[in-house]
Amino acid sequence: MTTHEPAFDLSSESPGKIALRTLVRDRRSWIASSMLLVVVALTLSAPLYASLISKTDPFVSTINGTVVLDGVEVQVLQQSTEGLKLGVNPIGPTWKIGPYFLGADNQGRDVAARLLYGGTNTLLIGFSAAALTLIVATLVGVIAGYSGRIIDSVISRILDVIWAFPVYLLSISLSVVLLTSGFKWGPLSLEAGSLYLPIFIIGLVYVPYVARPIRGQVLALREREFVKAAIGGGAKNSTIIFREILPNVIPSVLVFIPLMVSLAMLTESALSFLSIGVQPPDASWGTIIKDGLGLLYTRPIVALTPGLFIVVTAVALNLLGDAVRDALDPKARLRGAF
Amino acid sequence: MRRSRTLVSLIALSFVLSACGSSSSDSGSDSSAQGQEGVLAPYDASKAGGTLTLVAKGAAGTLDPHINYTLQFWQLYQATYDGLLAFRKVDGPKSFETVPDLAEALPELSDGGKTLTFTLRKGIKFSDGREVTVNDVKASFERIFKVSSPTAGGFYNGIVGADACLAKPATCKLDQGVIVDPATNKIEIKLTAPDATINYKLSLPHAVILPADAPSKDAGTTPIPTTGPYMFASYDPNKELKMVRNPNFQEWNREAQPAGYPDEIVYQFGLTAEAQVNAIKNGQADWMLDPIPADRLSEIGTELPNQINVHTLTAMWYLPMNTNLAPFNNVKARQAVNYAIDRNAMVKIFGGEQLATPACTFLPPGFPGHKDFCQYTAGASVESPAQSWAAPDIEKAKQLVKESGTAGQKVGIVVSDDEVNKQMGEYLQSVLNQIGYKATLKPISSNIQFTYIQNTKNKVQISVTQWYQDFPAAMDFLYILLGCESFTPGSDSSINMAGYCNKDLNKRMIAAMDLGVTDQAAADKEWGEIDQAIMAEAPVAVAFTPKQIDFLSARVKNYNFSKQFYMLVSQLQVK
Repeated sequence: MTTHEPAFDLSSESPGKIALRTLVRDRRSWIASSMLLVVVALTLSAPLYASLISKTDPFVSTINGTVVLDGVEVQVLQQSTEGLKLGVNPIGPTWKIGPYFLGADNQGRDVAARLLYGGTNTLLIGFSAAALTLIVATLVGVIAGYSGRIIDSVISRILDVIWAFPVYLLSISLSVVLLTSGFKWGPLSLEAGSLYLPIFIIGLVYVPYVARPIRGQVLALREREFVKAAIGGGAKNSTIIFREILPNVIPSVLVFIPLMVSLAMLTESALSFLSIGVQPPDASWGTIIKDGLGLLYTRPIVALTPGLFIVVTAVALNLLGDAVRDALDPKARLRGAF
Repeated sequence: MRRSRTLVSLIALSFVLSACGSSSSDSGSDSSAQGQEGVLAPYDASKAGGTLTLVAKGAAGTLDPHINYTLQFWQLYQATYDGLLAFRKVDGPKSFETVPDLAEALPELSDGGKTLTFTLRKGIKFSDGREVTVNDVKASFERIFKVSSPTAGGFYNGIVGADACLAKPATCKLDQGVIVDPATNKIEIKLTAPDATINYKLSLPHAVILPADAPSKDAGTTPIPTTGPYMFASYDPNKELKMVRNPNFQEWNREAQPAGYPDEIVYQFGLTAEAQVNAIKNGQADWMLDPIPADRLSEIGTELPNQINVHTLTAMWYLPMNTNLAPFNNVKARQAVNYAIDRNAMVKIFGGEQLATPACTFLPPGFPGHKDFCQYTAGASVESPAQSWAAPDIEKAKQLVKESGTAGQKVGIVVSDDEVNKQMGEYLQSVLNQIGYKATLKPISSNIQFTYIQNTKNKVQISVTQWYQDFPAAMDFLYILLGCESFTPGSDSSINMAGYCNKDLNKRMIAAMDLGVTDQAAADKEWGEIDQAIMAEAPVAVAFTPKQIDFLSARVKNYNFSKQFYMLVSQLQVK
């Protein structure tokens, strides 16, 4: 017989501490967190990279510009010199710390600098949109589940309507409309081309996907003894929601965080790839892939590197999501124990 | 006209049409595969046969020659339909000349140039076997109005009775404008005023002769009987267009309508530009319509130079600036843009110096009336222009923006959403930001961009667009694009996108057109002066003159490039 440490602890520790300890012990969470940290650190270093290393403005076209490489001044966009001399090719990767480490794009801009700036925007939109989704969805799900009857019906039907549209179709439709005209509703005003627009759109379209399971959870919680006891004890609705319901819903919301960030980031990249997300001269990983599409044969690295960053970040977020889910789901741990 | 794969419908005032241009072959296939400039070689029956396969991303809409307004199908109409006149079907500059086609000779002018008399050739048959008669000619001219041809109001409104036809197309009768005599085969076309460009207009596909019983509405995908060496056998816009030999065709004037070489011409739709390149490299297709993707140009130019033909076009890429909207209602702001844009950079975006040439003048080089001058280049000014463009002058541009008091204003740039146009827009955005504006880019579908930027309701400040000549006359650029009559606020057919109207210069343009009837050389000289006077006010910024690349499969021979209608499809040999 072999002995092993139980996968869960029946001591008097709080569930939060148990979950945290489980998360810390999980190798996946370490790997994922490390990957994410590297990506975030790289993207945050964008201004430093642009000013100290690439020494170019990644938002200004330098099509007719030149750069000195190995003591020789060369054109950033070079006219073909072979055959009929057709076509112009951006400078390729130098693989040396300095200007054009990953080469230039069609506008003669430093790809590496844009990649880092683009990552900042992609991650900013991913995290912000996910936060918006989770806040709104939690609010809506708790109100619908706890209120029941008419309020629940109305909210559920609205969520059904949004859910009825495929998420990308809805995102694209909203983006196309709002991209040109911006969004104005009461005091809320978002300019056309603003970074807030994709955050708002992506944050909105994913609300039903989080709100519905939360509503279901709240419906179940309402029937639990401790909630009924609180109601019977004459506690206020706000007290019940904040003291009894929300603490039991939060773990589910936490599990959603990495998943939603990943989904929001991918959606942003898709919208930007279609030219209806982040607008030029700003960059995101999606816009850089789009820029690189026309260079696939000659400078494939322009499209490949942002793609690689998207994959690494999405994998890291999903790994982290799995680890968080396992840490917060007692049943999963029980399954692991026996 | 604008070169487009989609129907460009410019009703009423519009004049637009399509494509063409070129000069002598800049580079290309070996001499054995190339036609001889100015001459079409005698027909060689031993080279006839085979199937010529053309490929494109999409079809060009209706097959109706009186309605379709795209280069894509106009090229095919050269081998299928005939007008009373035609542009000479040869390689080189002589292709700008008109020759008699269904008419026996060029028109006899009388009544001070207001009456054109033709004699219809006898014995020419439609592909359905019926003989072409003068009644078909009259019916065809009436049909131009009945189907509301995009150029009915712009090109054919000078025919007596056209005004009534434009007002009530369905009941159009040109009894006073097109008078025919079946007994003598004589046709008289009466104009309200002499028109120096009427021969060109009668040589365009919108004036081809169709059977009198052709439907008085858009024929859509249903082929109308043809007179040329080919007829349309089938057309599915989502898949394929097939042309086969017209069994009733017999060559009557080789310069106007030469017999074709391939037995069949198949146009396949639905391939991306990348796939088109691969298909030609693999010998699965013979010619591609769409531009070669930028990242394949170098490869093709290096590996397959003998399969490439490059020709300069009488066309231009330019940036219309809305002269009625801030900041470009200020002439200094417009001049600043002209100084700031690096035309070499825009040439690079287009594919490099082998595919385009920086330009300053509104009339392209080699075009009637063209005069060399460049007011907006480093070291030059409006008062003291240079001969050609050399370099941008960003500092002068910044100074002009400052002087105009428009610095810091928002500027929206509207471009088509294809790759090259978007790149142009992104570059322009960067330049405008550099000289002091806050520019935003608005790429919209290529299908609607051209009409969108014309409508004043859309408040477009600046855009990127192109113009390809309809016919070789200076008025086709200057008067059509910048004449007061071409500006119709609130209309999608306001081809004067800059909204520019200088009444004095407009009078000079009208006078130059009148002068062209009697003294074309003097008129062309005046057009050159008008060009310079207009560009001093900078309603547009001219970017460059493009070139056309034809990429052919290895088996194709006898390539001929007409300046008016580009590659002569029917003359390609695949056997």
